[in-house]
Amino acid sequence: MTVDFLVLALLTIITASTPLVFAAIGEIVVEKAGVLNLGIEGMMIVGAIGAFAVAVTTGDPTLAIIAGALSGLVLAFIFGFLTLFLLSNQVATGLALTIFGIGFSALLGHGFVGKTFSGLPKLNIAGLSDIPGIGPLLFGQDALVYLSVASAIGVTWFLGRTRWGLAVRAVGENHDAAHSIGFSVTLIRLAAVLFGGAMAGLGGAYLSLAHTPLWVENMTAGRGWIALALVVFASWKAWRAFFGAYLFGGITIIQLHAQGFGVDVPSQILSMLPYLATIVVLVLISRDDTRARLNAPACLGKSFHASG
Amino acid sequence: MLIRLELRGEASRAMVYKSPLIAVVLTLLAGMAMFWIMGTDPLRAVYAFFIEPVSTLDGVAELFVKATPLVLIGLGLSLGFQANVWNIGAEGQLTLGAIFGGGLALAFFDVDTVFLLPAMLVAGIIGGMAWAAIPAFLKTRYNTNEILTTLMLTYVGLLLLSYLIHGPLRDPDGFNFPESRLFHDAAILPIILEGTRLHIGWLIALFIAILAWLLIVKHIIGFQIRVIGMAPVAASFAGFKEKRLVWLTLLMSGGAAGLAGVLEVAGPIGQIVPVISPGYGFTAIIVAFLGRLHPVGVVLAGLLMALTYLGGDSAQITMNLPNAVTGVFQGMLLFFLLASDVLVRYRLRFGAARARESTT
Repeated sequence: MTVDFLVLALLTIITASTPLVFAAIGEIVVEKAGVLNLGIEGMMIVGAIGAFAVAVTTGDPTLAIIAGALSGLVLAFIFGFLTLFLLSNQVATGLALTIFGIGFSALLGHGFVGKTFSGLPKLNIAGLSDIPGIGPLLFGQDALVYLSVASAIGVTWFLGRTRWGLAVRAVGENHDAAHSIGFSVTLIRLAAVLFGGAMAGLGGAYLSLAHTPLWVENMTAGRGWIALALVVFASWKAWRAFFGAYLFGGITIIQLHAQGFGVDVPSQILSMLPYLATIVVLVLISRDDTRARLNAPACLGKSFHASG
Repeated sequence: MLIRLELRGEASRAMVYKSPLIAVVLTLLAGMAMFWIMGTDPLRAVYAFFIEPVSTLDGVAELFVKATPLVLIGLGLSLGFQANVWNIGAEGQLTLGAIFGGGLALAFFDVDTVFLLPAMLVAGIIGGMAWAAIPAFLKTRYNTNEILTTLMLTYVGLLLLSYLIHGPLRDPDGFNFPESRLFHDAAILPIILEGTRLHIGWLIALFIAILAWLLIVKHIIGFQIRVIGMAPVAASFAGFKEKRLVWLTLLMSGGAAGLAGVLEVAGPIGQIVPVISPGYGFTAIIVAFLGRLHPVGVVLAGLLMALTYLGGDSAQITMNLPNAVTGVFQGMLLFFLLASDVLVRYRLRFGAARARESTT
């Protein structure tokens, strides 16, 4: 009984955390390159409808996942073009991306309200997946969950251990120096922004394909913003963002199971928990001014113009 | 590269005003392309979206009704944006204003006094200010990013409204519908144009616009706000108290949003409902930028953005287009505005060779 409950709770945590893992890890690469993209929410929601539309029309989960990533990437390209080539204000452009994304997804999703999708297929290894407890947790997830874990490991390795990861960090710490030793600041940043967009798109795709396999307007419900807070919480480290996302996933299950334990709190008050937790976490992290400044990429949010 | 950007000696003042016009034209063209892709006649759609809604007196009155909250919030936000204080949670502050002001109306239900409405407006302002005071405190005391805290508090505020309207504020005779009682007459804003929904709130918004103009152009605080946004180091050398300005700009923008909220419930809505605003708090961000963070511009931009709301409804009714088109138009407009703003600081140069000549 208790083991069953524990497994159920952990499964819920994985489902709630995976979209945050994708979005936060994508944004870490973007911010490491010195770009602040506040449009995660917009890219996620467009990824969600893009993936869901393809899933319903073709019935092919793989195509749907690719469509989700591509939708996020296309939106990120708009952002990249405006901020990197036209040097627009990154804060304002990110907000525009979110406003546009929410409207655009509602427009695209107009014909998909009420449609259903069977959900992503889960891994099933004869023997392993049937082990009580560990089986469904480790060997019974869908492809996106494994991909999210792989992306956390991959990005940690990429940023810390590869030449191109070093280039990304150089561009984010001091774009003039990086430019003077021959790196193309604009192209490296564009690549990072596009990667972040694809990851946010995957996070959105997970929401509409696996978390709740249907389309609802505004279904991201602020998760893009929570992912943004997770980046600060994680001090721009991918593995920390991964655990941060799972911490937040854990908070959501309190919300889902509290009533089961007979706690008499209105559901709306419980739904506030993730948002309130984000605020508390932000306060704890940014309280120490110097530490926050040491961790943040030095050129975060600054435009780069070669002549200027 | 065939086209390149060249830094202007100083920012072009003319482009500051031309860029919103360029953005509007480009948005219209892109919108027509979008309608064409969706398989509707672009000209008819644009007519249904931008002309038809304001072709009657009723329509024009509705335009001002919708512009009221947008202008109010836009005025508040533009103060903060000038000082680099990014309050993007106006939607939450609006909601709290509606809860405070509307709650007062319900608390004094059936009490017939002329003091009720002014008290409600004050309560609404206090509600918005209280919600904005939390990020102000967290930013000045704990250095917490106000973009994220104001936004998180928006979600909390909307959930709070949902809780209240399903519980304490629900109409006892309302068959369990999540709505409050209809406000009694003493709690409803007077109509200024007979036969329409145009209420006194529009005049209040214009009055606040004048106050904002006086503050930013004539008052030392407005000067400090502008300096701190343009040259934070100079501001700290001059001894401006940055924390005080963070508090001031957040309280003013929160108060304006709260006022917008109470004007909505005491005006066109007339009761507290689960959804008070169709995203005015977020659209007002566009209003502030499109209006060049200047009170006069904000009023004009507020009217234009109000038109996109009316257009969305009109296109839905006459052409069966989803009214999500509104959000797409608003997003596109901000994109094009930000894109054409590049011309304020840079000029376009065609061909690399000529550009080199001109710099030597």
